[in-house]
Amino acid sequence: MKKWNMIVDVARCNNCYNCFVATKDEYVGNEYPGYTAPQPLHGHAWVDIERTESGQWPMVEAAFRPVMCNHCDDAPCIKAAKNDAVKQRYDGIVIIDPELAKGQKQIVDACPYGAVYWNEELQLPQAWPFDAHLLDRGWDKTKLEKVCPTDVFRSVKVSDEEMQQIAADEELSTLEPLDGARPKVYYKNSHRFDTGFIGGTIVSEKDGVEDCVEGVKVVARSKDGEIGRAESDAFGDFKIGKIQKNLGAVTLNIEHESGSRSIDIDFGESIYLGPVTI
Amino acid sequence: MRVAILFYGIALALRLTARFYPEFRARLKERDLTVQMKLQDESIKRYFVLRGGRIRTRAAVHPNPDVTLFFKNTRVALNVLMPPQDYGEMVHAGKTFQMGVQGKDDLLVWWMQTLNRMLGARWKFGIELDDGEVRYVNNTNGGPVHVYVKDGRIVRITPIDFEDKDAASWEIEARGRKFSPPRRATVTSYSLAWKSMIESKDRNLYPMKRVDFDPDGERNPQNRGISGYERISWDEALDIVASEFKRVKRDFGPGAIAVSHGSHHNWGNVGYYLSSMIRFFNGIGFTRVIHNPDSWEGWYWGGVHHYGYSMRLGNPEPFGQVEDCLNNAEMIVFWSSDPEATNGLYAGYEGTIRRLWAKELGIKMVHIDPHWNHSAAFYGGKWIAPRPGTDPALAQALCYVWIDEDLYDKEFVEKRTTGFDEWAAHVMGREDGTPKTPEWAEQETGVPAREIRALAREWGRKRTYLGAGGLGGGFGGACRTATGAQWARMMIILMAMQGIGRPGVNFGNLQQGAPLDYTFWFPGYAEGGISGDLTFTGSALITYPRMPHVMSMNPVKQAIPRIQLPEAILDGEAEGYFTDPTSMTGQFLSFKYPAPGHSKIQILYKYGGASLGTMNNTNRWVRMYQSDKLPFVVSQSIWFEGETKFADVILPACTNFERWDIGEWTSAGGYGHQFYNQVNHRVVTLQAKCIEPLGESKSDYQIFSELAQRMGLGLYFTEGCSEIDWVKRVFDASDVSQLISWKEFQRKGYYVIPADAPKARAPTAFKWFNEGRKKDVPEPHPLPGDYGDEYLEGLQTQSGKIEFIPETLKNFEDPERPPLNRYMPSWEGTQSANLIDKYPIQLVSSHARYSFHTLGDGKNSVINDIHDHRTLIDGHYYWIARVNPRDADARKIRDNDLIRLYNDRGSVICAARLTERIRPGVVHACESSAVYDPVGQPGKSADRGGCVNQLTNHRSQSKKSSSMAPNACLIEVERWQNAESEPAEDVA
Repeated sequence: MKKWNMIVDVARCNNCYNCFVATKDEYVGNEYPGYTAPQPLHGHAWVDIERTESGQWPMVEAAFRPVMCNHCDDAPCIKAAKNDAVKQRYDGIVIIDPELAKGQKQIVDACPYGAVYWNEELQLPQAWPFDAHLLDRGWDKTKLEKVCPTDVFRSVKVSDEEMQQIAADEELSTLEPLDGARPKVYYKNSHRFDTGFIGGTIVSEKDGVEDCVEGVKVVARSKDGEIGRAESDAFGDFKIGKIQKNLGAVTLNIEHESGSRSIDIDFGESIYLGPVTI
Repeated sequence: MRVAILFYGIALALRLTARFYPEFRARLKERDLTVQMKLQDESIKRYFVLRGGRIRTRAAVHPNPDVTLFFKNTRVALNVLMPPQDYGEMVHAGKTFQMGVQGKDDLLVWWMQTLNRMLGARWKFGIELDDGEVRYVNNTNGGPVHVYVKDGRIVRITPIDFEDKDAASWEIEARGRKFSPPRRATVTSYSLAWKSMIESKDRNLYPMKRVDFDPDGERNPQNRGISGYERISWDEALDIVASEFKRVKRDFGPGAIAVSHGSHHNWGNVGYYLSSMIRFFNGIGFTRVIHNPDSWEGWYWGGVHHYGYSMRLGNPEPFGQVEDCLNNAEMIVFWSSDPEATNGLYAGYEGTIRRLWAKELGIKMVHIDPHWNHSAAFYGGKWIAPRPGTDPALAQALCYVWIDEDLYDKEFVEKRTTGFDEWAAHVMGREDGTPKTPEWAEQETGVPAREIRALAREWGRKRTYLGAGGLGGGFGGACRTATGAQWARMMIILMAMQGIGRPGVNFGNLQQGAPLDYTFWFPGYAEGGISGDLTFTGSALITYPRMPHVMSMNPVKQAIPRIQLPEAILDGEAEGYFTDPTSMTGQFLSFKYPAPGHSKIQILYKYGGASLGTMNNTNRWVRMYQSDKLPFVVSQSIWFEGETKFADVILPACTNFERWDIGEWTSAGGYGHQFYNQVNHRVVTLQAKCIEPLGESKSDYQIFSELAQRMGLGLYFTEGCSEIDWVKRVFDASDVSQLISWKEFQRKGYYVIPADAPKARAPTAFKWFNEGRKKDVPEPHPLPGDYGDEYLEGLQTQSGKIEFIPETLKNFEDPERPPLNRYMPSWEGTQSANLIDKYPIQLVSSHARYSFHTLGDGKNSVINDIHDHRTLIDGHYYWIARVNPRDADARKIRDNDLIRLYNDRGSVICAARLTERIRPGVVHACESSAVYDPVGQPGKSADRGGCVNQLTNHRSQSKKSSSMAPNACLIEVERWQNAESEPAEDVA
């Protein structure tokens, strides 16, 4: 049995918000019987973009992660719903029935991802229905894919086994909490969002004139061994990324012909050490 | 004989068309009238009597016709009437009085339009889908779209995916790889948000009159912005406006009517301000409120003098840069350049894929901007964050290192430039005793000297593209500050030192210069449309000769510089400088208001409502509006937003989704020549009237048409055409009609202009110049008379070379623009000694990303819900101000706190966004809020709408130019405790 899954590439998200706006365009003021009642004009974000910023001026990073209903295979909202108000279709898409779900606010609370919204006016829980009404009409992809200029989204209709293979091949992950809901929205390059970096600028001083030093090797080690290495660039900048947040004690070894140097860091979030003179 | 048959044929055709087409049948019932058609000597004649939709006709002269159309003789009648319709003949016959009309103007317009509707009765637009939806095409300033319509309502708006049979996409080879763009047109958020703007509760749906405005009694201008409105009929509204026109023209003479417009709330060649609006007001006679080159500023007032390019307002030629950059460049320096935020200009996300390719190819990126902007965040790279306005000092230090370490293109400098020795003497300190070392620049810019040195060395050793401004070759940012001209001049100087035009060395950030056909002609919006204005639009070059229509001309020679409109009204005086794309020196000509012999302004006709968010020091606008020196204000606007609420009469315009138009994506033409060079596929769209205008709103064309009829100008304005007829005329005139039939264009709604075959592509920009050859790129400039040497030899400058010390500036005394581009600190910046103690924060107000100026913002659009655009706090969508945590800590400001940005000019409430992406000492809040929402007295209290331009200085960059400098602005920031309970602070 083939099911719809969505693969989201965090590294390609440009924060353009087309997905967010297009979802508003599709669902605000439009009713799709059997799929969903209209979304309110304001307040809901069935597809939203989360932002993370890390580091400190002048070495910072930003990453963006679209989030939406995960269409979980073991969806807590299905369990929380009465009258079979939430159903998973044969193709894996989870639909909150716009008639049966009326008044069932517990469906909103049941979602571990906060992806179900409460429509106050209609007294209705609502979420992004995977653009099922468009797919059923013959669209070969979701509207998200159609509007995204950087190809962040890739919907695939495959068997669970095939999806597991894709997830393994492409190093995909799903959003936390990993509480067994078995979400079907997969993320690529999640490290852009979930990890941090250590950066600095290697500087030399001669006769009172400072210069950036290129080609200096910097290695980061935790108690478990090496966690990354980098070489300073023409601006003397080095950046060691993909470091697990709140890792704790990290030692940086800076190796240069004029001698090596080490710096101890208690790593929580991304940090720019500023100029490091050698 | 043939004329007699043609006259009779008209009656026959009307009857037949009415029989088969219900819509046309209904139209014939709109009016009862008698039309006489004849030769002037009455040798051939026929009249038509229309009663209740039925037609009677007789080959005779009617004793009392409502309207008469006559032709000089048989030859003329045949030229005009013989199918297929030839507007060239008709216009010629009209202009030479070989044909003429008598009778009531509105009936003549109706009759002529009816004949046109008859010819178009069979036209069928859009594609019917199987679920009752019809799919049309329209266009926006963020890209072309498909519009799905059902039961008279827009269901959805999507980008366009191209079909297999659309023209093939270009392909380029770079470093052993092949690249071709995706087969679709990318769009922006505000393109996709249109439905919410169309259905906005803030639409002006009915003509309105301010309750305490009485044109025959008390006008109460002091209550503008305060009093409410009452609904009136269109007849009442248009009668008031027309009678005011007549009154002030009679009582005050030429120039009493001023017209001020925004730029970007719609798209197309027919309904645009440079088209219908100018055509109409040329017929009325108006004082032009002249736009300064707002996005070009420093390039125009400064850059032009070093290398010309006045036609592009100082921006460089863009050809071939994508291919050259991807093949040959090793580094791109983005200097005040955020193409992901500005979409270049109009271009959706078309440049994005190319920059991603550059990243894949390992081309390094550097971002120079006080803000780690959207592009920097997406592509990564080195961030260099100078204090705002100090960029020219940074650039001079680069020159210092290049000279000191021998890292510039000496051969180019020797052969293709003049004045280098004098420049070098200045940079090295031989001229003024101050070497412009990186250490010197560090003091000014706050960028460590080592970093400046490292950048200079990288740049000097690597083939580098300079992406200066959003387009890469100009636009926005650092050119819009007190040092804007200095900065743009430095950008050209840097390129001159690096030998622009050698492989991999050019202006650009991959936003411009896609390998398209640069010769295929479809008019851009600045090419005049239907204006017939040969002086103030780009019409004369191609549109006018290709699309015969009656030319129009403004008899009023008076003008007001837009940025000084409030002074013109309140003080009765203003002086400005012209933006003249035709020459390098036209900008030195000043003009004064009032012009000799002209009237002072009595009427302000406002088209759109953007000024409070987009001009500078905009509490001045409020003071102007509330002055009795301005007796009448009309606002022709789609939405009740910004300054609309200061009007006496509001004329509700509809959006371009509710009327017909035709336009090419990203194509400006004129001063924005070949702007389409940003997109991956040139797309021409038939912009369908997808739905009927909401409420009683009307298209701008229709409003002007009905006003024109009240001035006896209906036939002059319309030439007997409805908008769709003009659309067809533009289509026929353009090259597009040679490649797609009108019928197919009606159905499909767009056409992709084929890209050139690789060998036919435009050469790379400046290559000809670098190699010392004749100019070989397809741009119609400089004017032949502007070459110093033979035609096509060299640049527009006097020497034909890049001039380090421009000759044009030597001939013009402007102490703020000396020939030698020395660094002069901003007049409102880090060195403004007294001011900076009081207002220590520099405000940077870039263009917003999720709205296009005011389009998309406010008006209850879904854009307001974008977290990076506005933030909802206590029921209000507040504008975002980005503050570095260090500055926030010092002021006890937390994330999402309401904060007050203020200085002596005003006070604006924003929501604080704490971010390390902004340099300490700088606050970033975009310009162009559409919402003006003062907490107390308008003009005298804090605005929680977010118009940060209330804080910006309206001083011109240099006093001898008309240029704005919004990024030279000092403010202080504090927490705003409670907007409701705290009294509004009075500001001067």
